[in-house]
Amino acid sequence: MKKLFLLATFAAATMIPGMSQTHAGDASNGKRLFLRDGCYECHGYAGQGGGAGARIATIALNPQGLIRYVRAPAGQMPAYTDKVITDQELTDIHAYLQTMPKAKPAKDIPLLNALQKN
Amino acid sequence: MARSKKISVDRRGFLKGAAAGAAGAAAALVARPEAAKAQDAAEVHRPATPTPLPGAKQTAAETTPPPRVDVYTTDRPGSDFMVDVIKTMGFEYVAANPGSSFRGIHESLLNYGGNKAPELITCCHEESSVGMAHGYAKIEGKPMLIMAHGTVGLQHASMAIYNAYADRVPVYIILGNILDGRWRRGDVEWAHSVQDAASMVRDYTKWDDTPVSLGQFAESAVRAYKIAMTPPMEPVVIVADAVLQEEPMPEDERGKLQIPKLTLAQPPAGDYGAVKEAARMLVNAESPLIVAGRVARTPEGIKLLVELAETLQAPVLDRRFRMNFPSPHPLAGSGSVGSADVILGLEVPDMWNTTHTQTPINRMGMESRPITKPGAKIITVFAGDLFGKSNYQDFGRYAEVDLAIAADAEATLPVLIEECKKLVTPDRKSAFEQRGAKLAEVSRRNRERDIEQAAWGWDASPVSTARMAAELWNQLKDEDWSLVSDLTFVSNWPGRLWEFSKPYHFIGGHGAYGVGYGAPAAVGAALANKKHGRISVNIQCDGDLNYAPGVLWTAAHHRIPLLSIMHNNRAYHQELMYVEDMAARARRGVEQAHIGTAITDPNIDYAMMAKAYGMFSEGPIDNPNDLGPAIKRAIEVVKKGEPAMIDLVTQPR
Repeated sequence: MKKLFLLATFAAATMIPGMSQTHAGDASNGKRLFLRDGCYECHGYAGQGGGAGARIATIALNPQGLIRYVRAPAGQMPAYTDKVITDQELTDIHAYLQTMPKAKPAKDIPLLNALQKN
Repeated sequence: MARSKKISVDRRGFLKGAAAGAAGAAAALVARPEAAKAQDAAEVHRPATPTPLPGAKQTAAETTPPPRVDVYTTDRPGSDFMVDVIKTMGFEYVAANPGSSFRGIHESLLNYGGNKAPELITCCHEESSVGMAHGYAKIEGKPMLIMAHGTVGLQHASMAIYNAYADRVPVYIILGNILDGRWRRGDVEWAHSVQDAASMVRDYTKWDDTPVSLGQFAESAVRAYKIAMTPPMEPVVIVADAVLQEEPMPEDERGKLQIPKLTLAQPPAGDYGAVKEAARMLVNAESPLIVAGRVARTPEGIKLLVELAETLQAPVLDRRFRMNFPSPHPLAGSGSVGSADVILGLEVPDMWNTTHTQTPINRMGMESRPITKPGAKIITVFAGDLFGKSNYQDFGRYAEVDLAIAADAEATLPVLIEECKKLVTPDRKSAFEQRGAKLAEVSRRNRERDIEQAAWGWDASPVSTARMAAELWNQLKDEDWSLVSDLTFVSNWPGRLWEFSKPYHFIGGHGAYGVGYGAPAAVGAALANKKHGRISVNIQCDGDLNYAPGVLWTAAHHRIPLLSIMHNNRAYHQELMYVEDMAARARRGVEQAHIGTAITDPNIDYAMMAKAYGMFSEGPIDNPNDLGPAIKRAIEVVKKGEPAMIDLVTQPR
């Protein structure tokens, strides 16, 4: 009985309440879902962000953090339940976001460098 | 085509005859109705009592129908006088899609008025006419005349009129109508006639009238102009009766008709005592904030706002309804509502929204709370407090404020600045300077952050709106440019990267967010910019253009220099996001949100569309590296006095 309790405690410690266990993210499927489920609508096809949504390319959150945020977001973002996007799908989207290219420093882009000098 | 006009006794003819009776002068080329002559004769030769029995000749004269007289021509239709009136008001242009109910004025404008001042601008849709006038007024500071049918034309024009109304823009509208049913020829003219033409837009125009004589037309027309130009400026309507237009000016009235002198009302400045109190509150504040709505009516308004901000070293939050405050200024955008202890709202139409937050669309229910800090004081100077209507709800939620000054902000600023300066002690000045230095640093950091953010998605396809803005700026920065479109749908990138400083650098947005405003407003603003040799730039949303794309032909036909760059995100994108929101709320089907909102399958080729309307164009461009050279070629076309379009496939926002 004590052993069983310890196992249960271990399992709870490795899972976030309300979250299903997920496998490693599949970036290819994540790209498909990013487009299908409309992430690009507010965050841009390059995840660059804009007036309607934050930049999410190379997102700083880990997969669990992303899942937690999407279920109960702040600001204008709608909440997506697991009925709409599963934890695994969000994990795949997270993997895709990590593949997006980082921005070059503005000083390395001539047009932006010129703006910095003004 | 020659027309035969049968004139018989009717109410209108009778009134004309009665007016002319005392003069008794015969018209050289205008025949008066025979029956009216007989009536005059009966008045002059009123018999004395006892009345003798009429003779056979008299009996016949009074009982036999008078011979009809065919009158084919006149040298002075009433519409000539209407054009005289129009000319006194100084209109440069009149925009119209042709309509039979104002054909008289149309012809007089061309042949009597010489098609100058105003010059007729051919439009393909009445919404385009009004949209052009909307954009024109925001550059030129005065109304453009538009003409439309009082029925079907006004129905087309109505959304654009509402936009202008909500945006506090004067538009001068003449509607054609045939008031007297006996003058309507066939079913078309019956269908195109209405009892009270202006009633359809009375909820969102400032004033209207339906004159029944040329004399009244003159007075009402001048009155309408004065009302339109008195803050808060709004559209006005004059209904020009078609019979008044087309029938000859009564001979006896020709030398008597007068056009009243137009004297614009001076915009109202705020009550002196209230302005002094506002100055006291602002000078004593530790963190004042100026919120700018539609402050600058004239170029002087920008200078005054800069002077006030610098006097107080107070940050300016520009809501960008107009070009209010220079974007490179160190006090631009460096403050916040939440940190201010005194907030001065200048011509802010939605002060409640500025100071509150509401439950966003992503949550159920509706709650609101102030975002101001406890004890913060709010002052407003707002001409909207002087005028309002109830049906359409553009006035927004009632704002609780501490000092409301019902006045025009630009007219009030000189006194407010003067009173502030009187109160600034050396200690306060020192505190202001320290505050200003901190704000300048915030402004500098904001700009650095914006430039770094612009690098994200720099090489992406579709092209990022930041890249589009940077490429445009690279080629505009040394030109005399004017951005004649809104910033809402491109993440405000030009506002973040460009240097806005001159009055014509920006014209604000829709007013009532009625989509279809963008293209015609840009063409109208470019028309106003034309004589100044400015390069007008329009970032054109694809959904907006498809309402009435014929305005591209108007730009080509009238040689209106305008660079349009398509923000072609292939969707009614705001609505796409809303449907996505609704699907997420209902926990279903987010992947279906594009149905009914996407503009794809087939993709619209806007470059081909522009070419079809006679305009230089390039695209579609989806490689960001192709954009800069395309802009350069298009600007060369615009510099030659022609419009040009680049179809750019863009990121959603």
